[in-house]
Amino acid sequence: MSTEPSAERGPWSLALRRFLRNRLAVAFLGLFGLIVVFVLAAPLWANHVADTGPNEEHTVEQITVDGEQKDVVSVEGKPIGPQWFGAGGKFFLGADSRLGRDEMVRLMYGGRTSLLIGISAALFATLLAIVLGLLSGYFGGWVDSLIARTLDVIWSLPVFLIGLAVGIALAVGGLKIGSLELSSGSLWNPILIISIFTVPYIARPIRGEVLSLSEKEFVEAAIAQGASPGRVMFTEILPNLASTVIVFFTLMIANSMLFEAGLSFLGAGVQPPNSSWGTMITVGVDLLRIQPLLAILPGLMIMLTVLSLNIVGDALRDALDPRGKARMDAALQFEAQAGAGGGAAI
Amino acid sequence: MIRFVARRLVGMIAVLFAVSVIVFVVFMVVPKQNPAQTLAGKNATPLLVKSIEEEWGFDESLPVQYGTMMKKVFTGQLTSYKPRLPVSDRIVEGIPATFSLTIGAALIWLFFGLLLGYLSAIRAGGWLDRILTGVSIAGISIPVFLLAPVLIYFFATKVEVFPNGQYVPFGEDPTEWLKHLILPWITLAVLSIGFYSRVLRSNMLDVMNEDYVRTARAKGLSERQVMTRHVLRNSLIPVITLFGLDFGATIAGTAIITEKIYSIDGIGLYAAEAVAKFELPPIMGVALYGAFFVVLMNTIVDILYAYLDPRVRLGESASA
Repeated sequence: MSTEPSAERGPWSLALRRFLRNRLAVAFLGLFGLIVVFVLAAPLWANHVADTGPNEEHTVEQITVDGEQKDVVSVEGKPIGPQWFGAGGKFFLGADSRLGRDEMVRLMYGGRTSLLIGISAALFATLLAIVLGLLSGYFGGWVDSLIARTLDVIWSLPVFLIGLAVGIALAVGGLKIGSLELSSGSLWNPILIISIFTVPYIARPIRGEVLSLSEKEFVEAAIAQGASPGRVMFTEILPNLASTVIVFFTLMIANSMLFEAGLSFLGAGVQPPNSSWGTMITVGVDLLRIQPLLAILPGLMIMLTVLSLNIVGDALRDALDPRGKARMDAALQFEAQAGAGGGAAI
Repeated sequence: MIRFVARRLVGMIAVLFAVSVIVFVVFMVVPKQNPAQTLAGKNATPLLVKSIEEEWGFDESLPVQYGTMMKKVFTGQLTSYKPRLPVSDRIVEGIPATFSLTIGAALIWLFFGLLLGYLSAIRAGGWLDRILTGVSIAGISIPVFLLAPVLIYFFATKVEVFPNGQYVPFGEDPTEWLKHLILPWITLAVLSIGFYSRVLRSNMLDVMNEDYVRTARAKGLSERQVMTRHVLRNSLIPVITLFGLDFGATIAGTAIITEKIYSIDGIGLYAAEAVAKFELPPIMGVALYGAFFVVLMNTIVDILYAYLDPRVRLGESASA
């Protein structure tokens, strides 16, 4: 794995080449793409194949599978299992509970919610972290102390437990601060909770990066030329944060999705009528003994999404951070010396 | 050292204060509806709302209300609403189950995490390392809410090797206690086993490049001595920090989900049930007691870390 330094290529195209060389990461990026397509296709499947919505109940209905009539929900309350294409795509993965909702449709719509919350929360946390990191790292002094201490406090809080408490308070009463008003079932509630409580994960490394960048010569040069603080922050320092931000943003989506699933599983995240993979597990666990797939499928979707994001994030770090790469190369060299030739990823 | 410990303890109290204020603000100030209504839950009777209003003194100023809440927490008078039971009693009752679950899982993940990490590091680049790397990455990626249903389905439903959840106190029947806890322990431990083995492996690979390791080799120590006495020992320090943080976070996080899925009657299940019933005082109680525990663990770890690595103590005035 040698990286030929090339004068013609910019750092971004070099990084892209390094990333593309990582087959595993490219494969998992593809998997993530498939998952996104899967959830985006939800209305298509719901309208044209399953012919039902995510919340439509089919409690006393029957479907025709290969010319045979079957109850969607049996008399004992057992939901029908996966029918694949037996009923023309209806109840492809069976029904979700004694309410007889189409599991496949719910899985697709639930994934929309999970991804939407994961990406939005990561986006908010990242934006907030950039602002805090720039202020903190650039101004130093009491601004830095205040921001750093606040991050330390959030860092040492039992965030999941407090997230749970906040989540349930908002789920009951909604939120009203000044003109900001959120209803109790709003998806903004989990997004806000997750982004605020996960800010330190990304704000701390960004602050560190800003601190070291603001001592670099090019920043001094800009200040000497009379650049305003805003200009230094946004045109000198910010572009240099890009690689850190991209890597952490990817990892934060995975982290936020797990947070959301945990909250929703316990009932403090996504509220009905919305559903997410987390709330679907809650429904599925009750039926674990009779229809295990109902709990396992949404869990599997969460795992695949999180796994692909983590692998892509790690590969981005390797591709974008040549210094870290150098360390990796040293490790690989070491491994080569140790005997069998390098190659273990991460 | 004494100054360091004193500073950490003050920091701990500050964080606990922050937690209590956050919880207070969340329940009393932020929601747009009447806090008594919120506390009473979605389908509360006007009578209940009235009694809660009186009990918490919502007509008082906010600092006074905060004082009332803290007084209730410290005197163990915080009660749930339906039925009216003291929150602290229920938390104390839940401690044996929660601690059996978390401490057992922590021992398992520490043992296997370090073992796999060590084996991986001393065979870095070899086939064993690659297999273990694959296993760890798979382990890291399995969330509790996937692993638990899978384990229950395969080992408690399909093949009934293990009982299907619940908790049996150790004093009642030690064998049953063990049998009931094995699946939950595995559930909680797998993720951390993967993580710890990765962390230990990369720490060990870093340490192996240090000058003192070369010195140890040069003075003729056997490979085993170099690895255990010099490399492993120095690689363990960051792992200890991580362990303290994770152990606290497990009690206040994944243990809640695990207890809920396995119906283990601990603090986590109490919190989960309270969430399901929109009962806020128990959540407030659990959040405060849980925070106390997390912060305590963090403080212990900080102090232990400073004890093991003098540089932390000496650099303390500059960094914190």
